Amino acid sequence: MDFTLSSDQEALQEAVRKLCEGRFPIGRVRAMADVGGVDRTLWRELADAGVFSLRLSEDEGGAGLGMAEAALVFEELGRALVPGPLVWTHLAAGLIRGAAEGDTVVGGLQRQDEPFLVEHPDVIDVLVAVDDDGLWEVDRSRLSARPVSWPLDPLTPVHVAGGLLRGERRGVPGDAARWRMEGAVLTGAFLLGMAGALTEMSVAYAKERQQFDKAIGSFQAIKHLLADMFVRTEVARAAVYAAAVHLDEPALGPPARAVSGAKLLAGEAATLNAKTATQVHGGMGFTWEVDVHLYLKRAWVLDVAFGTGDMHADTVATLIDD
Amino acid sequence: MDLLWSDEDERFRAELRAWIAGALPQLPPESTREDWQARRHRDTTWQRMLHDAGYAGINWPVEVGGRGASLSEQLVFYEEITNARAPNVGVNFVGLLHAGPTLIAEAAEAQRSRHLPAILRGDEVWCQGFSEPEAGSDLASLRTRAVRDGDDYVITGHKIWTSFAQVSDYCELLVRTHPDAPKHKGITWLILPMDTPGVDVRPLRTVLGSSEFSELYLDEVRVPVANRVGAENDGWRVAMVTFSFERGTSLVSEMVEARRQLDELVKVAKVVERGRGTAWDDTGLRREIGHAAAELDALWNMVKRTVSEAARTGVPGVGASVVKLYYTELIQRIGDLAMRVLDRASLSLDDVYDHSGHFVEERLRVLALTIAAGSSQIQRNIIGERILGLPR
Repeated sequence: MDFTLSSDQEALQEAVRKLCEGRFPIGRVRAMADVGGVDRTLWRELADAGVFSLRLSEDEGGAGLGMAEAALVFEELGRALVPGPLVWTHLAAGLIRGAAEGDTVVGGLQRQDEPFLVEHPDVIDVLVAVDDDGLWEVDRSRLSARPVSWPLDPLTPVHVAGGLLRGERRGVPGDAARWRMEGAVLTGAFLLGMAGALTEMSVAYAKERQQFDKAIGSFQAIKHLLADMFVRTEVARAAVYAAAVHLDEPALGPPARAVSGAKLLAGEAATLNAKTATQVHGGMGFTWEVDVHLYLKRAWVLDVAFGTGDMHADTVATLIDD
Repeated sequence: MDLLWSDEDERFRAELRAWIAGALPQLPPESTREDWQARRHRDTTWQRMLHDAGYAGINWPVEVGGRGASLSEQLVFYEEITNARAPNVGVNFVGLLHAGPTLIAEAAEAQRSRHLPAILRGDEVWCQGFSEPEAGSDLASLRTRAVRDGDDYVITGHKIWTSFAQVSDYCELLVRTHPDAPKHKGITWLILPMDTPGVDVRPLRTVLGSSEFSELYLDEVRVPVANRVGAENDGWRVAMVTFSFERGTSLVSEMVEARRQLDELVKVAKVVERGRGTAWDDTGLRREIGHAAAELDALWNMVKRTVSEAARTGVPGVGASVVKLYYTELIQRIGDLAMRVLDRASLSLDDVYDHSGHFVEERLRVLALTIAAGSSQIQRNIIGERILGLPR
């Protein structure tokens, strides 16, 4: 047992962080709202860095890495708030032609009652629906959908759709179950990165912002909010990394409890940290100009992706005495 | 990142489990809560059994007679002891987890050889004389005075929250030896034999109705200078050694126990009738229990992470304050859930049905955890200032 990052894992984390800092500064991320959340050139750069293919075997053009490494990568993407259907395209690598290489942008959704919302409708090439019966490639041209003029997250455009055709089968029920778990952990990792970024942002602001002739971070009322942000993030980190390791290592037993716990706690860490960050930033936290709202809105979007917190809490509960 | 126990860890687990199964039946029966002599007898008998089997001082170095177990073996040890419902450290708490480790790190050879083997054998029980009525979170403002008189210190003052004082042989005592120095610079760490004239132990009744804690009144108590650990006026630094242990390892067995209790709570919820079904059919309650289970899982993994970091770097990471803060608040929320599951059965500390009284008693007991060993508010200050670098 050694639950620390290996030197290879640290190097990977560092490399992706550098890539994000260089290619996805927050100003450029904001501008991506004008292109439906995906810039094809940058998308290919993510693919070249292995974001989509890293878990494929070397024969398939991947790096043969596991969920642990993928989680570290998605944490960094979340820290930088990189938009687009990253998790879906990652899951589709090796299954949908061109996904691994960044040539095909794959979006997805859980089949559910109508109406439902399709994310990034204008930029995805392929839409995959997940249900208990398997994975289905859906012909987008036959979806009846209308655009939402004002999506909650400006970086996650959506269409409201009704009537989802069955589509072409791309996976069996076991594949669907695996996608749901891997998708939950990768989304959790992304949320974890966001929770960490929000803590750093708020701490920096609290050290700089002066009121009553003092940095507001010196007041315990603020200090304790920030301490709780940090603690929440670290608890979520332990949960997300452990869930990823459970998916990589079958000898640890069924992963479902760890996976649901991770998604639950990471979703809460990101949404609560974003709300706290808004509070710490005061009036500026309520402005479009300050980045906090972009994190809050994405956190809300992802908190209901791959299972809500309520659903995952219930899942953990039912697995307690198994 | 690897969460699998090694073959050595699994071998250690199997051996330990077999030994516990054989040893437990030989243990004296559990005593009533207020029979402190009987509690001491049971806890020290268990300690002697651990010692004779080579498991005493699981985290202590081999050179001083400890097991010198790896950190992962220590986690295995706490898991097995707790899951088998074997006694935890009990009255040996301060000796094994506070005073002993401090002596190992800071004491002179004569002091170490005098006390460490006795603590490991269960022959010596220790208590802690740190807090005072006017020095709680601001411990460094303590006022108990020690005045040098020849080869002795003469000590007068008032200590509080001293666990197991009524059955202790020694006390790790913090005293003020330099009243004019800045408050952190005038403190000294002493070994106080509890049978010294002038030591008056007055049990303090807690919300549980029992007397885990006492007040110590010290009236011109003479302690030889030879009982000083570390230099005069260097006691604050010596005490900090103890704190890192207090926040680090002492919650591990608590946490294993909490996981077991949550499993028990689910069993209870599935049989307690509520409306047309059971408490477990209440979706809201069930989700909150699932939520708490996820948090406990995460904290346990965080302990593994902290332990792995410590094993790799040799120093405990920032995890200790984080785990202490989160765990103690979580266990209180779990206690609240238990009270909600029990409903009217929560009115009784006697069992209304299986273990119901234990849940109620636990709800009261864990009230202390967010206060003792650095309150939650102090932990948030520590995290804010030392980890996040916020101004004081």
